[in-house]
Amino acid sequence: MSNDNAKTNFQWVGKRTRRPDGVDKVTGRARYGDDMSMPGMLHCKVLRSPHAHAKILSIDTSKAAAIKGVKAVLTSAEIPDHPLSKPPYAPIINDMHDISRNVMARDKVFYDGHAVAAVAATSERIAKAALKLIEVKYEVLPHVLDPIEAVQPDAPILHEDQFTFLGDKTSEIPSNLFRSSVGERGDLDQGFGEADLILERDFSSEPVHQGYIEPLACVASTSEDGCVELWTTTQGHFVIRALCSSLLNIELAKIRVTASEIGGGFGGKNTVYGEPVAIRLSQITGRPVRMVMSRKEVFRSSGPTVGSRTHIKMGVKNDGTITAAEVETWYQAGAFKGAPTGRAVETYFSSYTIPNLKATVHDVCVNRPKVAAYRAPGAPMAAFAAEGIINELANRIGMDPIDIRLKNAVTEGDQSLGGSVYGSIGLIEVLNQTKNHPHYLAPLGPNQGRGLALGYWMHGGGLSSVSVHLLDDGSVTVATGNPDIGGSRSSMRVMAAEELGIDIELIKPIVADTGSMGYSHLTAGSRTTFATGWAVINSVREIIEKLCILAAKKWEIDVNDVSWEAGHAVSTKSGDSIKPLSLKELAAMATKMGGAIAGHSEINAGGTGAAFCLQLVDVEVDPETGHVTPLRHTVIQDVGRAISPDYVEGQMQGGAVQGIGWALNEEYVYDDQARLQNTGFLDYRMPVASDVPMIDTVIVEVPNPNHPYGVRGVGEPTLVSAPAAVANAVENAIGKPMSSLPLSPPKVLKAIEQIQVAAE
Amino acid sequence: MARHLITTTINGDEVEFACQPGQTLLEVLRTELGMNGTKNGCGSGDCGSCTVIVNDRPINACLVLGVELEGAQVETIEGMADGTELHPLQQKFLDHAALQCGICTPGILNMAKAFLAKNPDPTESEVRFGLAGNLCRCTGYDKIVRAVLDAAQEMRAPK
Ligand code: FES
Ligand code: FES
Repeated sequence: MSNDNAKTNFQWVGKRTRRPDGVDKVTGRARYGDDMSMPGMLHCKVLRSPHAHAKILSIDTSKAAAIKGVKAVLTSAEIPDHPLSKPPYAPIINDMHDISRNVMARDKVFYDGHAVAAVAATSERIAKAALKLIEVKYEVLPHVLDPIEAVQPDAPILHEDQFTFLGDKTSEIPSNLFRSSVGERGDLDQGFGEADLILERDFSSEPVHQGYIEPLACVASTSEDGCVELWTTTQGHFVIRALCSSLLNIELAKIRVTASEIGGGFGGKNTVYGEPVAIRLSQITGRPVRMVMSRKEVFRSSGPTVGSRTHIKMGVKNDGTITAAEVETWYQAGAFKGAPTGRAVETYFSSYTIPNLKATVHDVCVNRPKVAAYRAPGAPMAAFAAEGIINELANRIGMDPIDIRLKNAVTEGDQSLGGSVYGSIGLIEVLNQTKNHPHYLAPLGPNQGRGLALGYWMHGGGLSSVSVHLLDDGSVTVATGNPDIGGSRSSMRVMAAEELGIDIELIKPIVADTGSMGYSHLTAGSRTTFATGWAVINSVREIIEKLCILAAKKWEIDVNDVSWEAGHAVSTKSGDSIKPLSLKELAAMATKMGGAIAGHSEINAGGTGAAFCLQLVDVEVDPETGHVTPLRHTVIQDVGRAISPDYVEGQMQGGAVQGIGWALNEEYVYDDQARLQNTGFLDYRMPVASDVPMIDTVIVEVPNPNHPYGVRGVGEPTLVSAPAAVANAVENAIGKPMSSLPLSPPKVLKAIEQIQVAAE
Repeated sequence: MARHLITTTINGDEVEFACQPGQTLLEVLRTELGMNGTKNGCGSGDCGSCTVIVNDRPINACLVLGVELEGAQVETIEGMADGTELHPLQQKFLDHAALQCGICTPGILNMAKAFLAKNPDPTESEVRFGLAGNLCRCTGYDKIVRAVLDAAQEMRAPK
């Protein structure tokens, strides 16, 4: 896979074209997770713990099982157990021991909403009625919600078998702290010694739910020969297959997973919740089993992002040079280990050349749902602290916020704290374009503030498989293994059309099931257009090679004398007047001259390229209520190459508005028993249309030199900088550092009142 | 449990269905009638993804009982296009890329249709407040608002 020739002249790339799955989605035809039903299907409902932390003493299911219409009642006894995984630990841990306990609690419950038992019945109403008859005896234990409290010596311990991993050994006694990721360089003492101004500050952020509008839903159907058909809403059906296979000890080939259309995920649909339970219930009853979570269950039981507590210290010279930074962060992993600590270390300060650095990020278990990935896992809360303190430093030394960033910006050849060496990157372009943007120069009114923040994200690569088939009439199918969560079919089609040199309308992209394709990793990590798109390009190039051979055969010339130009095989022999053969003509010949033509690609894509996103935000703060109104919002992002600009902008706008929600409203509210209080969209308040302004976008294109078309990841970088930019705007509006998300009206009002008291 | 026989009009066709007293219109549409285009994002009136139009008013199908629909005129996403001709709102949602995952789209299209029937020449801010009961987590609303404004303009233009 050589890519040093990133393409620049495009016929389809960068055009605004209607998406291939659009009509189905505006007419109600598209089938999502909950839109599948099968003959004889049973309905599954799950009994969930009312306690945040308790021992399960006994479960009596006999009364529930006796109800007419109940076909099975399941507890963890029906889910195979697995040993704890051992070091060395991967950056992202899929520990079957933990996952099996998360899908169905074994001896203890670890959070309000933890699954304890499940019923399969002939109707949802009967299943719900049966749940009420399951008798569970608990011994309630003390709980802990805060990650710093959870690492104190007297904290309640969630897992008696979890010891802190210390590299070559583990802690002597059980601990809620699973591990700490550390990154460092330079000499902190020397760095802080060189600073003219040193600031220290504490930051905090709360868990935020991905808030996808489509609840988790699946249908499992198993047969007497041990085969499993699973329909589910997921960001990666190959990952679901792998997890169900390991968890339930079923051979991979016997599980066929079809990904439904997916109604949003943002990382929240990267793992299993109901799938293994539905499969087991189907195995027990011999009937298809449907399992759909209610919104309340989604909030109580599926993973939000990590909440964070951070202490940060940064030193700067009067000319704006940042000389040193040190940060320690505690992430809430929720009930089981696995907070994205490594990504946080990688993300801290990755936009800057700070010579002396140390970042320590702790992975701490608390009595909340196990965190799941959420759009740039671990990064937005790190950026909130880093960009917040830089904002304050710039204010204190009287420097323009863009100039201080330009002064310290990384360029090609620099290294992130995580060790990545940057290739060609667009950070300087992003900063310069911001500086010249009308938004940056516009005046502000009273009670208004402007904030900006920078975000960094290194998107994913990894395994992707693609099959492209040329059909007899010259039309083409492109099959990938990646669920289309926000328009990826569109980019796949554009890239295939670009390579083939034909009209996009001749190309039909589909998402194939796990039985039809090689392994494809998640639609996550901003990797799909990059990695799966690359596999599309490779597959199409294989087809073009085959077509050139076909043409050479037909013309009885050497294949080296045939090239592919604008959808035609062309003879390049000088003085040759052979009429070019179109794709359509070649397709019609193919089956008669050797067989159908297809191209395949199974890749492990490397060559990811760092992406930077700056957000510029104006807000107005109501001094009477503390309410913050976003007035103007501009996203300036290096996307490498915008394959489908409409959907690139869509990602930028959607990420920005999620960030506004993180910054201003969204948080989990618990009572004193650690029971979640805001389990619906009314109380868990995500931004609605009237809360936000238009989101302007500036697409910066500094091609990723490691990709054939120059693509960088797009979906995640926007969220990284959004909460920080909004918080900085509020801070600049009221003139007081704001360090605790969300900046809800009571907090902002309190800050304003403190300023007024101080002034009196 | 006793079921009630209800006669109603859905997308212009007379439809008879039997439903239990506690079944919502959303359940009736999705499970009794197999009309899955109307989506269930919350079941409690908070997300708008189940928005349909009943007697010219946009409502959350999860908040209305099936038995309330005797004699009602119900419009769902399945009936929005005129035969094979997409409604201008559907066209503009495609042109403006006003959907990403698409789960909110049927509800938002119905809400926008009912809204424009009342206010054919809205401002941006009126569109935003008109759609404030419909959550979209993907798009940030920008392209949705543009699509609705553009559709409004087209629908106002003399044919
Ligand atoms: S499903 Fe009816 S408002 Fe959410
Ligand atoms: S497009 Fe996904 S929720 Fe609106």
